[in-house]
Amino acid sequence: MDLKIIDLHKAFSASEGERIDTIMNVSFTVGEGKFVCVIGPSGCGKTTLLRMISGLERPDRGKILLGMKEITEPVREIGYIFQEPTLLPWRTVIRNVEFGLEITGVPKEQRRQKALAALELVELQDFGDFYPKEISGGMKQKVAMAMALVVEPKVLLMDEPFVSLDCQTRNYMQTALLQVWEKTKKTVIFVTHNVEEAVFLGDEIICFTSRPAEIGKVLAVDIPHPRDRTSPELNSIRKEILLFLAKEREKTRNVNGMFTHVHNLSEV
Amino acid sequence: MLRIYRSLRYLPVFGVIVIWQILSSSGIIPGNRLPSPVTILHGFTELASEGLPPGYTLTGHCLGSLKRVLSGAAIALVTALPLGMMMGYWARARDFLTPFVEMIRPIPPLAWVPIAILWFGIGDKSASFIIFLGAFFPILLNTIGGVLSINKRFIESSIILGAKKGALFMKVLMPGAMPSIITGIRIALGIGWMTLVAAEFTGVKSGYGLGYMIMTARDIQRPDQIIAGMAVIGVIGYTMDLVIRKIEDRILRWR
Ligand SMILES: Nc1ncnc2c1ncn2[C@@H]1O[C@H](COP(=O)(O)OP(=O)(O)O)[C@@H](O)[C@H]1O
Ligand SMILES: [Mg+2]
Repeated sequence: MDLKIIDLHKAFSASEGERIDTIMNVSFTVGEGKFVCVIGPSGCGKTTLLRMISGLERPDRGKILLGMKEITEPVREIGYIFQEPTLLPWRTVIRNVEFGLEITGVPKEQRRQKALAALELVELQDFGDFYPKEISGGMKQKVAMAMALVVEPKVLLMDEPFVSLDCQTRNYMQTALLQVWEKTKKTVIFVTHNVEEAVFLGDEIICFTSRPAEIGKVLAVDIPHPRDRTSPELNSIRKEILLFLAKEREKTRNVNGMFTHVHNLSEV
Repeated sequence: MLRIYRSLRYLPVFGVIVIWQILSSSGIIPGNRLPSPVTILHGFTELASEGLPPGYTLTGHCLGSLKRVLSGAAIALVTALPLGMMMGYWARARDFLTPFVEMIRPIPPLAWVPIAILWFGIGDKSASFIIFLGAFFPILLNTIGGVLSINKRFIESSIILGAKKGALFMKVLMPGAMPSIITGIRIALGIGWMTLVAAEFTGVKSGYGLGYMIMTARDIQRPDQIIAGMAVIGVIGYTMDLVIRKIEDRILRWR
């Protein structure tokens, strides 16, 4: 089932009542089972994009289609991994994973079984009885993955899930994520501002411009997993993205420069 | 070690009583102004064995007061908790009910006594109603605050996982707000207990109640029994809070 993003547009009201465009003319399609990375400068609108795809937020214009179904509110077919892990602190790990099944009335036996299977998928089957405060940040994000996967979504949206982890843990989590992805074959949209991460993970990389975020560049990465982070192929793709991002930064600086200029004029 | 430390906590209480007794025995504190601890203890045993008025023993007074406090607080809990959760979750409900709540809240519970008597007559129902008024607002405000303090991402992620309103309220908002709710209950019971005794001064004319017992002791001019009654109120209030804190530790192990 393809995920189609059609001509999304979103503006937020600024303090003076004016509208600031955040997402403009964004269209792309993610094929079933594909791993797409979205990369762009901080504050460009990546989170906003994911929230619209998930149905948490409504676009001003455009629509999201999962197969034939238009997404207008959160649905279980589209899972979401937030930047900060969303484990409920008063539940143990296993009961967190069971949550999505419990609230829809899956019988106890069955949900315990499914939750254990999901925990096994992220290799945390031995940590079921721990409370969230007792496990590390990386483990928490793994539990968050299990929580999302246990309700069997078709799509997984991930919003910089590894951004607050240290470098080594992050690398390890990327590999773990790829293993889960290869086993489950979910469609993944993975947002990051880390170029190396995008290049290591994605089948396709969508680069956003600075705000308002438009699609500036789309790259296909036809390199099979597991990938070598230091290979020349990966490096050349990295370079291409870095150049693009640098150009974007330059553009913002010029725009800012222009404003200062206008400001100075009005003072004269 | 810990056990010894724990019992040492009561040292200041005993210290004050001992010094007080010494000051009384040596005549520095005149007995007609403040009876000595020993005299008060006598008053206490009299209250416990013979009762005041005769036949109405201390145990009965304690139970009578406790019944009113607990029933009033229980009614406050079952009304303030759901209302607080709704006001915490829906900004619209909060916006429209806050002025109303904040206008009722400053009215001292005791100012309701005449109305309470008019509505419920003199007796248990009136007293429970006054307690209810005192206990309602701390629970309400703490529940609202507790819901507001819940990480919005928890709510969003639950909704994505398929939580409808019922599950969201029972399995996310309520446990998330629980630390705050328990604080609210502790404050509510404290206020309820304080309000109760005052309510019984005027609201109870016969039967049982610590406040009523103290007023009776005043009428027959027995300051030792007045203070014994006050001490009982303090000890019961303290014990109730201890019990809740024990329950709190149990429920909030995850913190
Ligand atoms: N609810 C909102 N109200 C107003 N402005 C918002 C809101 N959400 C996001 N924005 C603005 O939109 C821009 C993009 O935000 P976001 O999507 O979080 O960026 P990113 O995830 O790429 O860092 C930011 O400038 C942010 O201030
Ligand atoms: Mg973001």
